[in-house]
Amino acid sequence: MRGFFAYVGRNPALGWGLGILIGLLLFTLVGRVFINTEDAYGLATKPDLPPGLDREALAKIGEMPTLKGKLDQLRLGLRHIFGTDSQGKSLLASIVVGTGMTLEIGAIAGAFGLGIGTLLGFVTGYYAGSLLDNVVTSVVDVVLTMPGFLILVLIASSVADPNKMSVLTMGLVVSVTAWAFPTRAIRSQVLSMRERPFVMMAKLSAMSGPEIILKELMPNLLPYLVMSLANSVYGGVMGSLGLQGLGIGDRRQPYLGMIIWWIQYYSAFLRGMWWWIIEPVSIIILLLTALTLISFGLDEIANPRTRRSV
Amino acid sequence: MNEPILKIVDLRVYYHVEAGAVKAVDGVDLDLDPGVKLGLVGESGSGKSTMALALMRMIKEPGRIEGGQMILDGTDLMTLNDEQMRQVRLSQLSMIPQGAMNSLHPLLRIEDQIIDGIRDHDPTLDRSELRERVGILLESVELTRRVARMYPHELSGGMKQRVAMAIAISLHPALIIADEPTSALDVVIQRQVMETLDRLQDEMDLSIILIGHDMGLMAQFVDRLAVMYAGRLMELGDTKDLFREPLHPYTDLLIQSLPVLENKGVFTGIPGITPSLLDVPPGCVFHTRCPAATDVCQEVTPAFRQLRPGHWVSCHEHGVVEA
Amino acid sequence: MRLSYLLRRLGFLVGVLWTAATLNFVLPHIAPRDPVAEQINQKVATMGLTATGIAEQIESYKEIFGLNKPLWQQYVDYLWRLLHFDFGFSIVNYPRTVNELIAQSVWWTIGLVGTATILAFLLGTLLGALLGWHKSPKAMGALIPPLMVFSASPAFVLALVMIYFLAFRAKLFPLGRPYGFLTTVNWSSFKFWIEVAYHAVLPALSLILVSLGQWSLGMRAMMITTEGDDYMTFAEAKGLKGPRLFFQYGLRNALLPQITSLAVRLGAIVSGSTLVEVYFQYPGLGNRLGGAIQALDYYVISGIVFFMVMGIALATFFVDLLYPFLDPRISYARGT
Repeated sequence: MRGFFAYVGRNPALGWGLGILIGLLLFTLVGRVFINTEDAYGLATKPDLPPGLDREALAKIGEMPTLKGKLDQLRLGLRHIFGTDSQGKSLLASIVVGTGMTLEIGAIAGAFGLGIGTLLGFVTGYYAGSLLDNVVTSVVDVVLTMPGFLILVLIASSVADPNKMSVLTMGLVVSVTAWAFPTRAIRSQVLSMRERPFVMMAKLSAMSGPEIILKELMPNLLPYLVMSLANSVYGGVMGSLGLQGLGIGDRRQPYLGMIIWWIQYYSAFLRGMWWWIIEPVSIIILLLTALTLISFGLDEIANPRTRRSV
Repeated sequence: MNEPILKIVDLRVYYHVEAGAVKAVDGVDLDLDPGVKLGLVGESGSGKSTMALALMRMIKEPGRIEGGQMILDGTDLMTLNDEQMRQVRLSQLSMIPQGAMNSLHPLLRIEDQIIDGIRDHDPTLDRSELRERVGILLESVELTRRVARMYPHELSGGMKQRVAMAIAISLHPALIIADEPTSALDVVIQRQVMETLDRLQDEMDLSIILIGHDMGLMAQFVDRLAVMYAGRLMELGDTKDLFREPLHPYTDLLIQSLPVLENKGVFTGIPGITPSLLDVPPGCVFHTRCPAATDVCQEVTPAFRQLRPGHWVSCHEHGVVEA
Repeated sequence: MRLSYLLRRLGFLVGVLWTAATLNFVLPHIAPRDPVAEQINQKVATMGLTATGIAEQIESYKEIFGLNKPLWQQYVDYLWRLLHFDFGFSIVNYPRTVNELIAQSVWWTIGLVGTATILAFLLGTLLGALLGWHKSPKAMGALIPPLMVFSASPAFVLALVMIYFLAFRAKLFPLGRPYGFLTTVNWSSFKFWIEVAYHAVLPALSLILVSLGQWSLGMRAMMITTEGDDYMTFAEAKGLKGPRLFFQYGLRNALLPQITSLAVRLGAIVSGSTLVEVYFQYPGLGNRLGGAIQALDYYVISGIVFFMVMGIALATFFVDLLYPFLDPRISYARGT
């Protein structure tokens, strides 16, 4: 464990990235204690309020006999701490719930991207030159050339009713393009590893193809795989933000991107509602930067040549 | 007697890593007369390549030239600033790299790569003069003039190495450092390239330092030989003297490890491994592997001194003298 | 040998276009939606007309849109029309064709995306190369964190931040629109061009910053790798001057792999521009697309998406053709 922290100390990108990501996770999980989830949906409370505390409600905490009562009062008191939007949603609640949803979508995209990417990447890399490889690689190249976002727009518009998309559906939609880049990246890594002596040794000791992939190649590519995971999650979150920013998705839900859509719809800046803009933007930038930092930091592990004492 | 073209005095190059200082070169003294071919031989990690980079003053962080002097043709290279050193490179002191496979710019034509070196030292020549120069240079390394317009990837390994030689001699330097120029080539090409180098040296009266680990190659090519181990010189002398009567046990072992046709199947190596340069053992740096080591060798570092005229050695076998 | 390279690239281009076209065709047919019926029902609902004769109306519209023919026939017709650049009609703005709508908006997008790409490429490459060069001042490293934030953020989020701070609060730049409310369009007037440029600053900047971040960080990594290559060592041993080492030996070699990623970057900028245009009310393709999404005007959506994919694929194709001129190894190696 100490070795881990020592390493992270030398690799600030990874350290900061993980730190921020864990911070956001805690924010989502712990934050739930301090909110009423209904406040994240419309008409929960007074609209257009700048950030502040409800001191009356907070003062009443002492009066409450039960713990639940105290908690309810605390929640009421904190409800406006981030302000409210034009539809009367508590922004604290919206952001806590929304961050969680966005992270979920990211996780789904990450799982898909990593899962399919690893499977296809290893298989095509190891059996390079085969018909399977040629077919899959051509498909991957074509998918990569097309701007993923536009494809997502197409798909999302065709789905039964974009306004009723669940978190899972949105996650699946953004996963459609998430697997292509990891496949190609992992494939090229496998290609270069394939020629290395330790793989030859494995073949000589009569290890089967799948065995070699699982026991020899995969452990050596672990940093790369984790990097692919970070990239897929990043891609998934970006894709979902883009779709939500255009208003595609369940507009009632407080997805981070959807909050932005509402900002644009209600001309929040014309009305000087700075809190409505700054808060989701900050969280979004923090999340995306954290993922990028993690990817950058992992790249250093995976490709030591870029390590430098700058 | 002429002044030596190169005089190295107590050169030290250390690499500063977290764990401490790696003493890659630790107190080397060396004189080279003009027109002489010197071989610098040693195992991997002996510090010989570091010597080459140090002479060119191209040691990069975390390495540093800690001390010493490198006097080339009267000027101590350590006293020069960056721009002056840049001028010295190629015009006074040039290098033939190991494995020219990757040492040439992949996207430039050969002639452009030869010309840019010349240009950055002497901008007065015009294009056609430069082209003519390139043609002459290529012919002198036994390449046709056609090569000028070609790209590196169109050339074979041996041809690329000759291009590197052409570049190295393009400004008629005083000293050329050849860092294992033939290690990456097969034996036949090796011989051809070395013969070309030999001829050039003769025609242009160059001084050459040939760095390598192949004693056999050294024996055929160099006039004097320096044996390096763990950052220090063990022995220095005329090639014939060294082979006839090696004064240092390490030199002796190196010569013995050369395969001999009569003794087929008998290979002797040198038991043990090079010590970590981070944690150099006290006394003589070779004592851990030396068959002739005595107690004194573990405590006292032997001085590098001239035992016979022109023949230097660092060993207690010939009388204990402290460094 | 050059020819085989050309043919491969061409084949790839056709493959991309065909895939995009097929996706465009297949997706709405898998989905259980009927765009025509939806539109008509929506119009009925909003305009409060009585719902008689709707079924016949739907049928006649379907005839016009060719939706009642067998599927394979529709596919062939569709591909045929695409080859003639006929994207069909806009359902919402019928009888205007999708082509008309595209023609109106495309130049704005090209101007915005084109400027942003070129500037980001030039600045990003130079900045990244400097950041990666070992002789650069260490203080430059301070630029890396902000560049990283830029590279990670979606363009429209940066756009929001800029609209709020620079346009709304500081009032340095306009809030949106390609030119002022009361300005009359006059492309021959220099003053008009200035106004257009002024209005384009923030939208372009949001795109440029993101791309700049990505480009410079990528170039930096490539530069560091290149510096470790043997030819750099030999070049320094040749006593070459600093600028020559930097530009000819470092940057030029590091640049090559970056150009390969131009396609992906271009796709990213175009995608980003979609939302940026919406948020700045810039009348380009992206804004048109956004509007079509709101109105569920499916033919406009698919037409614009296809058009954009085609644009990017063509641009990539031309850059690929350029590649052998930049790297002499390519025409001799087998295709890659």
